[in-house]
Amino acid sequence: MKDYEIVLNARKENVLTMSDYLKNIVTDFIEFHGDRYFSDDSAVIGGIGYIGNTCVTVIGIEKGKNTEERVYRNFGSAHPEGYRKALRLMKQAEKFKRPILLIVDTAGAYPGVSAEERGQGRAIANNLYEMSTLKTPMLSLIIGEGGSGGALALAHADKIWMLENAYFSVVSPESCANILWKSTERADVVAEALMLTAEKLEKLNLIDKIISNEKSGELKNMIENELNSLMKNSIDDLLELRYRKFRRVGEI
Amino acid sequence: MKFKKFFIKTCNELEGEKNTTRKIACKKCGKKISVSKIRKNYFVCPNCGNYYLVRARRRILMLADKRSFIEHDRELTSKNILSFPEYDEKLEKAKIKSRENEGVICGTCLIGGVKVCIFSMDPYFMMGSMGSVVGEKITRLFEYATKNSLPVLGITVSGGARMQEGMLSLMQMSKVSAAVKRHSDKNNLYINLLTNPTTGGVNASFAMLGDITLSEPHARVGFAGPRVIEKTLNKSLPKGFQRAESVLKCGFIDMIVERKNQKELISKLLIMHS
Repeated sequence: MKDYEIVLNARKENVLTMSDYLKNIVTDFIEFHGDRYFSDDSAVIGGIGYIGNTCVTVIGIEKGKNTEERVYRNFGSAHPEGYRKALRLMKQAEKFKRPILLIVDTAGAYPGVSAEERGQGRAIANNLYEMSTLKTPMLSLIIGEGGSGGALALAHADKIWMLENAYFSVVSPESCANILWKSTERADVVAEALMLTAEKLEKLNLIDKIISNEKSGELKNMIENELNSLMKNSIDDLLELRYRKFRRVGEI
Repeated sequence: MKFKKFFIKTCNELEGEKNTTRKIACKKCGKKISVSKIRKNYFVCPNCGNYYLVRARRRILMLADKRSFIEHDRELTSKNILSFPEYDEKLEKAKIKSRENEGVICGTCLIGGVKVCIFSMDPYFMMGSMGSVVGEKITRLFEYATKNSLPVLGITVSGGARMQEGMLSLMQMSKVSAAVKRHSDKNNLYINLLTNPTTGGVNASFAMLGDITLSEPHARVGFAGPRVIEKTLNKSLPKGFQRAESVLKCGFIDMIVERKNQKELISKLLIMHS
């Protein structure tokens, strides 16, 4: 499959969304709401449940399955409240020493007037900042779209995994082509150059694991094992490893 | 091509012009003012108050005590790691236009006698976009500041992450933010000075993480580009949207400081924290 096809497929309406993975991976899920500052962002689902025998906090971005749901979920584009809700629940997980599973599927943070006025940039920045020293293990799973800063705000984790047909990119290929050549026609060329597929990102050492379609049935066990093995680290080691993981990106 | 040459020329007009009595027309009000007058007025039009872009090195000269700046990592320069189309040419042009190796200058200096780590982004180097080298230089500066218990002053001007380096650019946001956190956790001061524009991935990381956030008047400060928002909403944006004055009202900036007052204020803040 061409890289641009991967992007287009990840945007399709009939693909599995965050809530499907939630159902398949997590049992006894209890959802929590609100950022405690302004409102509850329905694009972000967060709460607690079990993965196997491990009690975890799960936070993810949900796009919705049909038109009505997609409108309700704002097509999986979070406002600042969504990122602040996510951070609140991450802090809660830290307090109760629960590991965190983050599930990412977003075209990007919502570009709107109200989102800007309530500090979209600050909300994302603050997540990166706080997550860098959050004293509990985190695993981020990119299931479809990993759209720029809006996805990164839920991906500053100890491990970043991607489904084999997901993408993670600094910019959408269309916007990139538009900026470079004032036309979206060559989006397919740009998609290749941006190195946004799981395979290419793994080669660049930017992600830790690719989940192939055949292995998706074992996803739950793989996540449980990974979280349990991360929990064996001392907090100091965990944080040092997390710092180094991002420190070496583009190191000269 | 002719247009591009012309553009480079006008950008350098204020900086490079040797004949300081030469008059140039202000891009905003159109009034012809001599180069020396604009330079003396901190690169602000004395007639209409329009703020000109200031190159990174000039910024440091404007703020640092005389001859106190010691540069770090000057030699670092970007490579086209992803073999991205036209990136090599863009880098070459940016180097000529900005006369710098990269989009940020880092180092230490004294401001009002207080030692501070300073980074200054360059609007003439691909609009201060953040690639691996920009992220690396700023991260190294924060690590140096943490190790030596020094405050950091960051002057931002950026369109965001540099798309020609793909995810390597995006993840610089994580890298720098983590270094800022370590610096902060050791009780060190970080002052941001936002200038026009501070947007995208730079806005969504270290530009919004200062203990004290200052901004130049009328600077664009925001995450998403205004054209993107207009396209999404299909309506025009409110007046003053994403401008420093309205961002301050929304609660994301501590104060707006005119260029001529910046050095005095920053030196006061540094003394109060030393």
